[in-house]
Amino acid sequence: MRGRPNYLAGFGSLIWLLLVGLPLYVLLLATLRTRADYSTEGPLGLPAQWTLRNYLTDLSNGFGRDFLNTLTVTASVVAIVLLVVPPLAYAIVRARGRATGWVFRLFLLGLAIPAQAVIVPMFYLISKAGLYDHLIGVILPTAAFCLPVCTLVLTGAMRDISPELYEAMAMDGASPGRVFRQLVLPLSKGGLSSIVVFAALQAWNGFLFPLILTQSDSTKVITLGLYEFQTEHGADVPGLLSAVVLSMLPILVVYLFARRALVQGLMGVGGK
Amino acid sequence: MTRAPKSAAGVARPGFAWAAPAAVFFLLFAMAPLVLVAVLSFANWDGITEPHFNGLDNWVALIHDPVMSQSVWTTLLLTALGVLTQTPVSLLLGVWAAGHQRNRAVLSAVYFVPLLLSATAVSVVWRAVLDPNFGVPAQLTWLFGDGNLLGSRSGALAVLTFVGVWQFTPLHALIYQGGARAIPQVLYQAAAVDGAGTVRQFIHITLPQLRNTVITSMVLMVVGGLTTFDTVLILTQGGPGTDTTVSAFYMYQKGFKSYDFGAASAIALVLVVVATLVSLAVVKFSGYDRMRGTAEGL
Repeated sequence: MRGRPNYLAGFGSLIWLLLVGLPLYVLLLATLRTRADYSTEGPLGLPAQWTLRNYLTDLSNGFGRDFLNTLTVTASVVAIVLLVVPPLAYAIVRARGRATGWVFRLFLLGLAIPAQAVIVPMFYLISKAGLYDHLIGVILPTAAFCLPVCTLVLTGAMRDISPELYEAMAMDGASPGRVFRQLVLPLSKGGLSSIVVFAALQAWNGFLFPLILTQSDSTKVITLGLYEFQTEHGADVPGLLSAVVLSMLPILVVYLFARRALVQGLMGVGGK
Repeated sequence: MTRAPKSAAGVARPGFAWAAPAAVFFLLFAMAPLVLVAVLSFANWDGITEPHFNGLDNWVALIHDPVMSQSVWTTLLLTALGVLTQTPVSLLLGVWAAGHQRNRAVLSAVYFVPLLLSATAVSVVWRAVLDPNFGVPAQLTWLFGDGNLLGSRSGALAVLTFVGVWQFTPLHALIYQGGARAIPQVLYQAAAVDGAGTVRQFIHITLPQLRNTVITSMVLMVVGGLTTFDTVLILTQGGPGTDTTVSAFYMYQKGFKSYDFGAASAIALVLVVVATLVSLAVVKFSGYDRMRGTAEGL
């Protein structure tokens, strides 16, 4: 943190660069060579002949459909989170009732529940509700398991709003609804973007719930598509890795253009 | 929404109705399944016909199942290895990234890329990279020998630990970066005046100041480690043999492969109890519950 260079840290960071860089290098190059080239030349050298065919094959083999399903799940999860979490956090921070305190404790408890632990009963409930193999059956549990972290983060952000501002609005006789719209929401923008980032990443990269709650091609999400590709055509490494690149492309674009928001968002998740 | 109760100062406060939608939703899709998993652990269910109670049968079978006890030890071992490897790497990387130098900002952008990949993608990529016949080991035989890293118990555990570091370090580094940025610069300036170098500043200022952050991050690592699933499913399928069959994977196999959902529920319950106990132990052992805030010790 001081002015002079820190050689030890520099050396360490170079090793990490190598560790992160190597698989990404293999990943990217593998997608740009033919299958035969990958098996004969190995993953490290440059391709004898560059090609984009792997991507085109993936796109014509249903990747677009998986992509749309993932997009639907992600958008819906973010919408649910944005719909229920801000009012909840507002109530936790401002309500006086004992019931709200219990709700907050419930969500704190929820932080410790791993999604893995509930896959059997979730399968039971979703099947009973007739939602098995429907996207909504994936959306609901995914959103529910985002709630504890999102609530914690947003509550933290809303606690930073000073009481004087509430009193000023009360002087004008503002209702809770107006306070919420005109004071709380605008002043917790940082927290709101944190929970959007968190929920979107969870939904986009979610694997466990789709794995156990869907089975048809028409409801397949990207992560499940990758897994099936791996188990069924694992030998086609260039095709498989192209699907990996396509799957991370949207997040990468967001990362390139809104890295600060994304990183700050995740930092907010950890910091609370 | 309900009418607002007025407090003494006349400030309108939100009623319970504001919290209700989220609470109901969460009860339905997270708490109800948790209760149901306990109920199902005392039942026999094949996933098709209706479940029926069979008392303690699942539990008795589980206690006598050598794979189950092995899976618990493997899970604990992998969790410990994960915490021991990820903590130092992410701590150093996070503190390093907290510096405001321009090159650090640029490099950090690359370093955090694994954060964007799903666990599925990470596992798929590493499986291809480490493939003994067509992956990197086949090309670098001087480094990897016969290259069949996943063929032995120790090799498979090492690979899972390593992929864990690769996958989770960025998130924890980010948490540490946030923590390190919150340390008052005055402390460093004072130490520099006293002639303390970078290493001593790190040991005597950064580490003690990051105490709470270390605990937050460790609890996340422990819970994440105990519930390891995706990487095992894709990289090792629990093998060789049952050498890397962690509990979460064993539960999945029992339920969704052998259609013995009662046994799977019992394993799930063990998982929840162990995860809760270990997290509580970390918090207790570290004295986190007695701490009052990050400003303590200033």
